Order: sequence, then C-alpha cells, then structure tokens
Amino acid sequence: MNDMTPVTTTLKDWETDQEVRWCPGCGDYAILKAVQRTMPQLGADPANTVFVSGIGCSSRFPYYMETYGFHTIHGRAPTVATGVKLANPELDVWLVTGDGDGLSIGGNHMLHLLRRNLDCQVLLFNNEIYGLTKGQYSPTSRPGTRSPSTPFGSVDRPVNPCAFALGSGARFVARGIDVNKKLTDAFKAAYAHEGTAFVEIFQNCIVYNEDVFSDFTDKKTAPDTQLWVEHGEPLLFANGTKGIAMDPALFGARVVDVADGDWEAAGVLRHDQTNRALANMLVEMPFGDYPMALGVIYDDPRPTFDGAVMEQNAAASEGKSDDLQALIEHGQTWKVGK
Amino acid sequence: MASAAETKKHKAPEDAASVVVRFAGDSGDGMQLTGGQFTLSTALAGNDLATFPDFPAEIRAPQGTLFGVSAFQIHFGSHAIRTAGDAPDVLVAMNPAALKTNVDDLREGGLIIADSGAFSARNLSKAGYEENPLEDGSLAKWQLLSLDMSEMTLESVKPFGLGNKEALRSKNMWTLGLALWMFDRDRQPIVDWLNAKFAKKPEIAEANIAALNAGHAYGETAELGYAFQPRHVDAAPAEPGLYRTVTGAEAISLGLVAGAKLAGLPMFFGGYPITPASAILHHLSRLKQFGVTTFQAEDEIAAIGAAIGASYAGSLGVTSSSGPGIALKGEALGLAIMTELPLVIVNSQRGGPSTGLPTKTEQSDLYQAVYGRNGDAPMPVIAVRSPSDAFECAIEAVRIATRFMTPVMLLTDGYIANAAEPWKMPDVSSFEPFPVSYHDEAPEKGGHFNPYQRDEKLARPWVKPGTPGLMHRIGGIEKGSGSGNIDYSASNHQEMTDLRAQKVLNVADDVPEQAVELGEAGETLAVVGWGSTYGPIQQAVTRARAKGRSVAQIHLRNIWPLPRNLGELLKSFDKILVPEMNKGQLKTVLRDQYLVDARPLNKVSGQPFRIAEIEAAIEAQLDG
Ligand code: SF4
Repeated sequence: MNDMTPVTTTLKDWETDQEVRWCPGCGDYAILKAVQRTMPQLGADPANTVFVSGIGCSSRFPYYMETYGFHTIHGRAPTVATGVKLANPELDVWLVTGDGDGLSIGGNHMLHLLRRNLDCQVLLFNNEIYGLTKGQYSPTSRPGTRSPSTPFGSVDRPVNPCAFALGSGARFVARGIDVNKKLTDAFKAAYAHEGTAFVEIFQNCIVYNEDVFSDFTDKKTAPDTQLWVEHGEPLLFANGTKGIAMDPALFGARVVDVADGDWEAAGVLRHDQTNRALANMLVEMPFGDYPMALGVIYDDPRPTFDGAVMEQNAAASEGKSDDLQALIEHGQTWKVGK
Repeated sequence: MASAAETKKHKAPEDAASVVVRFAGDSGDGMQLTGGQFTLSTALAGNDLATFPDFPAEIRAPQGTLFGVSAFQIHFGSHAIRTAGDAPDVLVAMNPAALKTNVDDLREGGLIIADSGAFSARNLSKAGYEENPLEDGSLAKWQLLSLDMSEMTLESVKPFGLGNKEALRSKNMWTLGLALWMFDRDRQPIVDWLNAKFAKKPEIAEANIAALNAGHAYGETAELGYAFQPRHVDAAPAEPGLYRTVTGAEAISLGLVAGAKLAGLPMFFGGYPITPASAILHHLSRLKQFGVTTFQAEDEIAAIGAAIGASYAGSLGVTSSSGPGIALKGEALGLAIMTELPLVIVNSQRGGPSTGLPTKTEQSDLYQAVYGRNGDAPMPVIAVRSPSDAFECAIEAVRIATRFMTPVMLLTDGYIANAAEPWKMPDVSSFEPFPVSYHDEAPEKGGHFNPYQRDEKLARPWVKPGTPGLMHRIGGIEKGSGSGNIDYSASNHQEMTDLRAQKVLNVADDVPEQAVELGEAGETLAVVGWGSTYGPIQQAVTRARAKGRSVAQIHLRNIWPLPRNLGELLKSFDKILVPEMNKGQLKTVLRDQYLVDARPLNKVSGQPFRIAEIEAAIEAQLDG
C-alpha cells in the first residue's frame, strides 16, 4: 500500500461495464464483490490501482475492476507486477492468481516475489482444480482426486499454499473463504501491510470441484472446523470450548478442551501475528485432527524490494553526473587530425 | 573507424600494411587481458583495428588441455581494417596445446613465438605431441622464436619475493612487453593501467611492470636476427575526431541509454545471466544515474515479464539474452505484441541449437527473430553490423519501439559483443530527440477511452497507470479493435491481425531506403549480408572489384520489415549471393519476399568468415 491521501469512492466506482462471465454460482463472484466493497473503505484511488493477473478463471478479475488492469500470461503475473511496481512504486498493485497459475506454472515466480518482498497484495484463489481448462487436478488437489487427466485418482501430494509462502519468506500470510464476510478484513490487513501480502482464498468451483472445502466451510459445522485467529486473542474455536495449545513433545500444536472458558488453564496460546514459528504451526495443522486456521495468520513487515531498489538507485546516483557525452568519452581516448 | 565514404576511397588490399597477431595460451595464462591491453596500445598508436577474442566455454578448463586454450586475435593496420584477419602473421603460443590448436591457421612463413619453458613432457603429452615440435623440425614452414619466457619472467620478478605460481602469473605481461617492442609501442599506458588495476596491491603492480619491462628489454638487447626487427605500422588515416575502443556490448548499452534519453524515458532493464549477453546487464547496472533501473530476474521469462510491466507503467522496458533465453521469452514477446507496448529485446546470438556453442559466434536466430512466436506475431527486427554500429542501432530500436508501440528485436552476436574496434565517439546532441508523449486526456463524462484507437501510423496510445479518468484493461487475449475489450469474434480477429501486421510494415516507411555499400545497382552480382559478416563481405567485394569484377555489396540493418526498395534493388542484379553464419536464413526470407534466386554461402563453425572464403564464392558465382 501507499501513503496516499484517501479518495472517496463507492462500490459502484469500482465496477466496470463488462459482463462478468464466471459460471453462475462460482465463488469468484463473492470475492469480486468483497474486493469492490473493501476498496472504498481503504480510501484507495481507482486511477492509482493496478490489478495484474495470469491465466485461469480467477485471472479474468481485472476486466471487472474499474482500475488499471493487466491480464498477462499463464503464471507470469508476479513478473509483470514486479516491473510495474519498480517502474512506479507509487501505484497500488494487486495480483490475482489461482492454484495452477500461482503455484504450478508460476510457482517459481511466486517464490521469488515473496522472498524479494515486493510491495503488493497477492490474492490466490485456491479451488484445488483447473477450471478454465475443464477440470484437471491441480497442485493443491488432494491425493486421489479424479479428473479428466487422473481418471484413477491423482497420486502426487499437494502443496500447502500458505506453508509455501512462509517457506519462500513471506512476511504476511492470511486465509479466507470466498463467501465469508471476514474476507474483507484480510484484504484490509493485506493492504495495510508494506511488502508482499499473501492471501489464500478457498474458492468454490461449482462446476469442477463443488464443495471440496465443505468439510470446513459448511455453516452448520463451521464453529467446530474453523479457527479464526486474531492478534492478541486466544486461539479458540468450537464456541470457546476448544483451543490450540503448544505440545512440547510434538514441537507442535495440540487441540485442548477448555472448561468454563478458562483457556489459560488449558494452556491455549494467544495469537501473535509476528511469531513466525506459530504461523508455521498454524498453517501446517492437518485439517481433520485440527481446525482450519483462518484470518491474518502472520503479519510482520520487513523492508520492501521496491523500496530497496529505489534507495540504491538514489544512493548510486548521488553526486554522479548524468552527462551522457562524458560517459561515452570515458576511459582512454585519442584524437585524430586537426 | 573510418566512415563508409572513407572506406570506399581506401581500396588498398587488406594485407598492404597490416598485421594479424594471435595470442594463444591456457585459459589461466591471461591471454584475453594481454590481447585487450595490446588492443589499447594499438588504438593509441592510431592504427585501425579489429579483434576476435575466442575463449573456451569452461571457466577453468583443466590446465594444458586442447579445449582449455584461450586465444585473442587482433588485426591492425595503417588503413581501414574490417575484419579480425584471415591468417595470423604472428602466433604467440604459451604452451603446446595453444600451438597445436592454432598453428595451422598461421600463414606460411609467419612467426611463432613459443614459451619453451611450458613445453614440458607433461604438457606435450596433454596436447598429444609425441615429440617436442619446437625441436623436431616439424614447424619448418614457419619462423620459430623459442624462448623460455617462464624462466625469464621468474627472473624478472625475483626481487618481489612472490611464490612461483604467483610470479608466473606475470608471464602474460612479459609477453606483452615483447609484443610492444616488436611493434614499436609505448609502454606507458600499460604501466598506468597496471598501477590503477593493482592500486591496492602495489607489489603485484610492480612485479607486472617489471615483467613488462623485461619482455621489452629482451627484444631490444637479444640479437634476434633480421626477421625479428621491430615493425612500425603507421597510423591509419581516419576521420578527424575523438576516438576510443568499444565492444559491441558496451556500445549497445550506451546506445540504449542514449535512446531512452532521446525518448525522454526512464529505462528498466530486466536480465538473466547468459553468455554472451550478460555484459549488457553488467554495463547497465552501473548506470543508475542515467535513470536506469536494472533487475536480475529469477529467469528469462521473469526478465521480460518485468520489462513488459515496466513499459506498461510508462518506462522503456528492455530485456536481453541469447538464443536459448530468447526462446524462453517467446510467449511474453507475443504478449508485448498483443498489448502493443514498446519494448527492446537484444539477442546476442551464439551457436545453437539448445545450449549449442555458448562462447562461439553464429547468426542463426534470424528465423527466431522474424518468425519465432505462436500466432501471426510480427515485430520489427534490426541487426547490428559491428561494435561501433551497435550504438546507432540501439537508438533506432528505441525510436521504433516507442513510435510504433511495439516490441523490437535487436540482433547482435557473440563476435560483436566481445570484439573491440576504434570508435569515433558520436556527438549525442547531433541525434534528433524523439520525445514520447503519454496520452493523458480523459474522455468527457460518460465517454469511453479506447486503448486501441490508432494514430496515422497505426500506433495505439500509451497511458501511464496513475492517470485519472483513463483506467483500462489490456491483456494477451484478443482485443476488440478500438475498445480493447475482450472480443473473440471472427471479423475482429481478422481485423486486429491485419492491423498488427500493417503497423509493423509501416515501419518500412519510417526508415531509409536500402543503400548499396560498394558498387551500384544493376551490376552482375549482389552480395547481400546482415550482422557481423559486414567486415569480411566488404573486404571480399573490395578485392573482387579491384580485379574489375562486377559485384556490389548490400548490407541490411532492417531485417523486418525489409527496406521498401529492396525488392526492386535486388532484381536489378543478375545474381544474388547471401553469406551467412547459419544454414541460409536471410536467403530464405529474401526468396520468400521477392521470389529472387538468392544463393547461400553458409558457415557454422563458430568462427567468422574468412575474406578468402567469400572471395572464392564471389568468383564461383561470377564464373559459374
Ligand atoms: S469453472 Fe469453476 S472456477 Fe471457473 S468460473 Fe466456473 S465455477 Fe468458477
């Protein structure tokens, strides 16, 4: 994000005249609305905002945002976003990608974007499938996923997007669900974070992978399956009857019962969004035995890549002449004639 | 370097007052450094010159092996020099492997200077010699000067108390000292350079200077016989002005900076290390004070992706690589064509396919430049002919890219990138600026901005993100003509494909007509070249013309679109010969575009053409 004077806009100002062309009922609609709803609250300026995407269902996103937008090629959105931001660090850069785009064909770029810490927001729509190419399994699909390319079930193990991000050096990691209202909170925190803010959004592809997340997105069971983390607050779920404690023997998390709301007695941890080890533990908790950790899991800024590049450009230029003729004539020269 | 007009006046045969010297040794012997410094002294003596550095792909090839030999050839003279020379007159061989791999190129009667101290049994066997060639008479058709340079170097640096290995490192300076004596050169610039280079290690500077002086003194005092008297080569007549030596990589970097300045744009350069293109990244990364941002990306694709992003944001995006890297950039090139953003892509060609010959030169990426993308994806292509030509070509690439809102491919090659030649430094203020103006007029309220509206040359407007009221979306998916909205309709794709092609063809109206370098339209044979074959073609044509043959030289800078008068010009000749360091790529394009009977002359040995090879082909065409 940038320290610009806030601009007053409404949700309407962020909508384009283009017909939105996702399948009816696709989770992408909810995410689009959440972003359009968040923008006025951020005081962001449409003219100063750039949405960059790769290829896939999610990557059509820029066409629906009344901002500057660049729908690039498969997997390469992080590279284009890097050039945009280095050429003009004043711009608010958002990157929209999916599990295939961002973690398969573009996995290498995602790694380097995160380690460099370019100031931008990454919205990774994870639907555990290739939607646009008609339903092949993706790098986040669970083993055994049957798809046109894996009629007998997939046999490779999936990547955990948030664990990948942390492993690549991310300084901000959040998780949200397409239709969940708290998604806007994650967007706001991501925007406020200086550096690459990585937001994984569980997105329902109703055509090729319907309800793949329902075991934790289902409203009825949500209290028992969702752990919404908040900085400084205890890691509680199941209406406060369960929590996450540290098990020294496991070097990891353990679910504990909380009696009479006395979470401290049960050893439940307070969430600290600047604690990298805790963040790793939370994103690695295998769902089933553990709830799904959601919300802003990690937020601990470090100097940004674009900031460092600008600083070095300025320092290296200081006191140096930009006389091109002198540069050309630099070194040992000789004169002929006259 | 003399101007083209100067060259035309000077039709003296290349060998009248010119010498070709080749320094060859182990990769660890410092031959490139020796060659580089000898080049400097040659330039300062006012000779015209051309060089050819030829080094192994391995960074530290095993010592003494045939494939570990590194060589540097320089051709200098008192008249215009156009090539690095066919056959060396002098070969300096620092070990048996260097002798073995180079001696057959030496002209008959030429001089071999060999370091006998390095001709140990072990080194001889590594080079595959059963007998010591310095002693068995097998070098009889050449003159041989066999000296124990190793020993004499050790002797000269003794006062500095260096270890044996360290002391032997100065051997190249001893050799250089002897070479400076042979050609009557001033040692002072080299002494200055050594003092500057080893400012922090004065004892190393002193030792090297001592070795340099010892080599020079050896020439002066030893009675080497008549054949080994110093030869003074007079300064070459050249246009008055201020000169320096320049390599192609340097000149391209300077030209890109100049181009960005003339366009009034900041430059963003995205690169990824690859031989022989990395030198451009190295040069530009030191020029931040000229508004240059350099970015070493995670791969070739990221390098061009970031350059495209920077162009979208209003900078001049530039990326550079060699053939294999350009292949990786192919999809992104299509994106730049589709989004119609300015971009300069430099390809320092090397031997291919695949990894091919990383350190050897070739010009086999012409098809890749002109045709190498999915879809109908035309882009202007410009080819550099020599190190000093690279400066202007880079400016021209920037001009076309920004004027036509298109990526432009700038072709150079490993030979041009590394070779040095004297350069009459241009006066930057003599280039006409071509300032870029971004589109920043927002439409009336309720109106629509059309990012794919076009001007008279069919270029679309360039809008910087951040401009109020002009928000728009672009991408690789087919765009509606004018509106830029996604549009898959049949008629729109036809229209947009035609528009993209026509826009690139319009470049031909914006560049000069094709000139004839030597000779005139309507002669019997046209020798048509592009890129670094310029020098040998020019010499071969000059020689043929001196013999009264009806032959002309045509050398292309604009490979795509081809110059608007080229078809007519080619058809005025009875025959067309196209020498190329590939299997006949320009020849195919010319046949395709003009239905002319262009005949190929091909060489893909990793070495530039020899003048004699082209001369023979000219004779064969004219007599055949
Ligand atoms: S295929 Fe799936 S992800 Fe794509 S638009 Fe349809 S529902 Fe959404």
